[in-house]
Amino acid sequence: MDEKILEIKNLSIEYPISIGIVQAVKDVSLDLHRGEALGLVGESGCGKSTLGLSILNMVRPPGKIVSGKIVYRGKDILSMRDREILKIRGQNIAMVFQNPLTSLNPLFRIDRQFLETIQQHEPDVPKKDALRRAERILDALGIEQKRLYEYPHQLSGGMRQRIMIGLGLIMNPDIIIADEPTTSLDVIVEAGFIDLLNKLRKEFNLSIILITHNLGLVAEIADRIAVMYGGAIVEEGTAEQIYHDPLHPYTYGLINCVPNINMDQQELITMPGNPPDLVNPPPGCRFEDRCPYVMDICKEQFPPLLSHRDGQKSACWLYKEKEAAPWKS
Amino acid sequence: MEELIRADNLTKEFPVQKSFVDLLLAGYKRQVVHAVDNISFNIMKGEVLGLAGESGSGKSTTGRLLLRLIEPTSGTILYKGRDITSFSTREMERLRERIQIVFQDPNSSLNPRMSVGAAIAHPLQIHKIGNSREQKGMVLSLMEKVGLTPADFLYKKYPHQISGGQSQRVVLARALITNPEFIVADEPIAMADVSVRALILELMKKLKSEFNLTYLFITHDLATAKYLCDRIAVMYLGRIVEMGSRDELFLHPHHPYTKALLEAVPIPDPRQRRREEVVRGEIPSAIEPPPGCHFHPRCSHAISKCKSHRPPLREITPRHLSACILDG
Ligand SMILES: Nc1ncnc2c1ncn2[C@@H]1O[C@H](COP(=O)(O)OP(=O)(O)OP(=O)(O)O)[C@@H](O)[C@H]1O
Ligand SMILES: Nc1ncnc2c1ncn2[C@@H]1O[C@H](COP(=O)(O)OP(=O)(O)OP(=O)(O)O)[C@@H](O)[C@H]1O
Ligand SMILES: [Mg+2]
Ligand SMILES: [Mg+2]
Repeated sequence: MDEKILEIKNLSIEYPISIGIVQAVKDVSLDLHRGEALGLVGESGCGKSTLGLSILNMVRPPGKIVSGKIVYRGKDILSMRDREILKIRGQNIAMVFQNPLTSLNPLFRIDRQFLETIQQHEPDVPKKDALRRAERILDALGIEQKRLYEYPHQLSGGMRQRIMIGLGLIMNPDIIIADEPTTSLDVIVEAGFIDLLNKLRKEFNLSIILITHNLGLVAEIADRIAVMYGGAIVEEGTAEQIYHDPLHPYTYGLINCVPNINMDQQELITMPGNPPDLVNPPPGCRFEDRCPYVMDICKEQFPPLLSHRDGQKSACWLYKEKEAAPWKS
Repeated sequence: MEELIRADNLTKEFPVQKSFVDLLLAGYKRQVVHAVDNISFNIMKGEVLGLAGESGSGKSTTGRLLLRLIEPTSGTILYKGRDITSFSTREMERLRERIQIVFQDPNSSLNPRMSVGAAIAHPLQIHKIGNSREQKGMVLSLMEKVGLTPADFLYKKYPHQISGGQSQRVVLARALITNPEFIVADEPIAMADVSVRALILELMKKLKSEFNLTYLFITHDLATAKYLCDRIAVMYLGRIVEMGSRDELFLHPHHPYTKALLEAVPIPDPRQRRREEVVRGEIPSAIEPPPGCHFHPRCSHAISKCKSHRPPLREITPRHLSACILDG
C-alpha cells in the first residue's frame, strides 16, 4: 500500500467572477496510494468537486488552476497535452458523478454506451468482444445481462449508478474518483454500493477517492480521510484518527454533529455561523470566526497543514505549542 | 395522554398518467398507484411520530393527507375526535392555523420576491390575525426565537441574500407564526448541510417544548428518526410494516424490512463497520406491487403464504406492532 499512485502538490484553483475571485482551492497537497480508499469530506461549497475535477484537468470555466501539480505515475497531468489526458481519463482514472441520469446518454441503449467507451480507446476491438466485456462487468456489478439492451430510463436509480461505475471500470482503471455517488439513492441501495466498492477494491486493487458530505458513508469505506473547509484541507489522517482523535476544531464539530443510530445521544454538537465567503477571504484561518478556541494569530495568518503524530496532519495554530486537543482535557 | 390525530384505514390512490401509445398497447385498463394503502395510526399530544421508509413508500402522501392538502380515496382522519374529511372549506381554513407543514427544500417553498419578514407574516395576513404593526412585532419576536438574528437586519432580506440554514429557519418560523399545535415536517433537513442539520434538529427540539408542539416527522434517515422521535412507523410501498416506540423499534426490530433498513444505515464510526452484505434488490413499483406481503421478493425468510396473504399489522408487545406472518 506504500506505492504513491497520485500526488497533488500545492494546488490552488480560482474562479474569477464579476465581484472578485473565488479562491475555491487553496494550497492543497494530498497523496493517494495504490489500493487505498481516500475520503474527501466537507460541507457544501468547500471545494471538493473542484479539487476532484482538477485531477484530470477538468475544472470548468471560468475556473483556473493557478498553481500546483498533479503527479500521476511520475508525470504531471497538468502539463500534459489534451490527447494524453484524454487517454488517461478513459483508461487509467475514471470519474463517477452524482447524477447518473445526466451522465448517461438518455437516447442510447446501455450496450451502445459501453461500445463507444471501449472503441474510443481500442478502435480495433470487434463488437462481439466488446459486448462480452460489458456483460462480464455487469455480472460483477450484480446486474442482469439483459439490461444491456435497455435505455437509461428503464433502469432504477441504483442500477444506473452501477452502470456508471461499470462504464468507468470497463477500461480497467487504477483510480476511480466518485463525487457524491450515492446522493440520490436509498440507504439499502447505498449500502449495496458500499459492498460493491469494497469488493472491487479487493479484486482489482483499485484506488478510490470518495468525495462526499456523508460522514456515515466515508466511515464505512475510507482508509484515510481528508477534511476540507473553505477551500483548504484542515485535517488529514486515518479514519480512526479522524473519528476518534481529531485535532482540528472543525473536524471535531463535524464528526459530532451527526446522529449515530448506535448511540443514545441527548444533544448534538452544533456549530453556529456560516462557512466563509471564498471571494477575497480574510488572510487568517478560514474557520476562525466559528472556532470556539480562536486566538489572535488565527485572524492574521493562514495555518499550514502540518504533521503531528503517526501521519496525522492538521492546519491549526492550537498545536503550535501544545500536543493534545483542547476538548481532551 | 390525549390523542391529537388519528388516521383510520387511510388510502390514497393516484391514477397513472399513460401515454397514447401505452393505452393502445395495454388497452384501457385503469391503473393506479397505491401511494397509501389502508394505514391506521394515531399521534398523541406532545408526541413526535417519525415516518420512515425508502423513497416512494408514501411518507409525503401520508403527511399531505393529514392536512387535507390532498383528499383521501377512503378512510377517515380525526383531529381531536372530529372527522376532518367532512369539514367544510371554512372549517378547514380555520383548522389550518393550528396545523402546518414544513417542506424539504426551503428555496422552492420561499417566494424569491418576498422578504423574510413578509414571508413569515404571510400566514397572519391569510388568517387575518392582528394589524400590520402587531404582525411585525410577532414576526420579530418569533425570529429571535428561531435564531434569525439580528432580526431587524434579516427582516428586510430576500431569500437569495440569506444562507440555506437561515432559509430553513424562515420556513419554520412561517409555520409557527399562527401558533399551531401540530406540524408535519416533511424531510426538513434533507437538503441541508451536515452542520446545518444539527442546528435545525436542535431548534426543532427546543421549539417543541417551548410551543408545546406535536410533530409528524418524515425522514428516510433512521438515525435522525431515532434522535428526534418518540415513536416511529416504518412504511414500505404504501403500508406501515412496523410501528413502535423508539426504544422498542431500535432494540427489538421485528419486521424483516425494518431489520434490513437498520442494517443498511451507515454508521459514522469506522470501528462499527458493517460486515454482512445487505439484502439484494430494490423497492418494486407501486403500480403493480408484489401480491401478499410487498416485501416478500426481497425477504430471506419468505414462505409461500407470504406471496398470497397481506399480513395484518398486529401488536406483538404492548404498543409495538408489526406486519409479518412470521411474527408470534
Ligand atoms: N463555475 C463556477 N463559477 C464560479 N464559482 C464556482 C463555480 N463552481 C464552483 N464555484 C465556487 O467554488 C467553491 C467550491 O465549489 P465546489 O463545487 O468545488 O464545492 P463542493 O465542496 O463540491 O460543494 P458541494 O458539496 O455543494 O458539491 C464554491 O464557493 C463555489 O461557489
Ligand atoms: N400527485 C401524484 N400523482 C401520481 N403519483 C403520485 C403523486 N404523488 C405521489 N405519487 C406516487 O405515490 C407514491 C408515494 O409517493 P410519496 O411522495 O408519498 O413517497 P415518499 O415516501 O414521500 O418518497 P420520498 O422519500 O421520495 O419523498 C410514489 O410511487 C409516487 O410516485
Ligand atoms: Mg460538489
Ligand atoms: Mg417524500
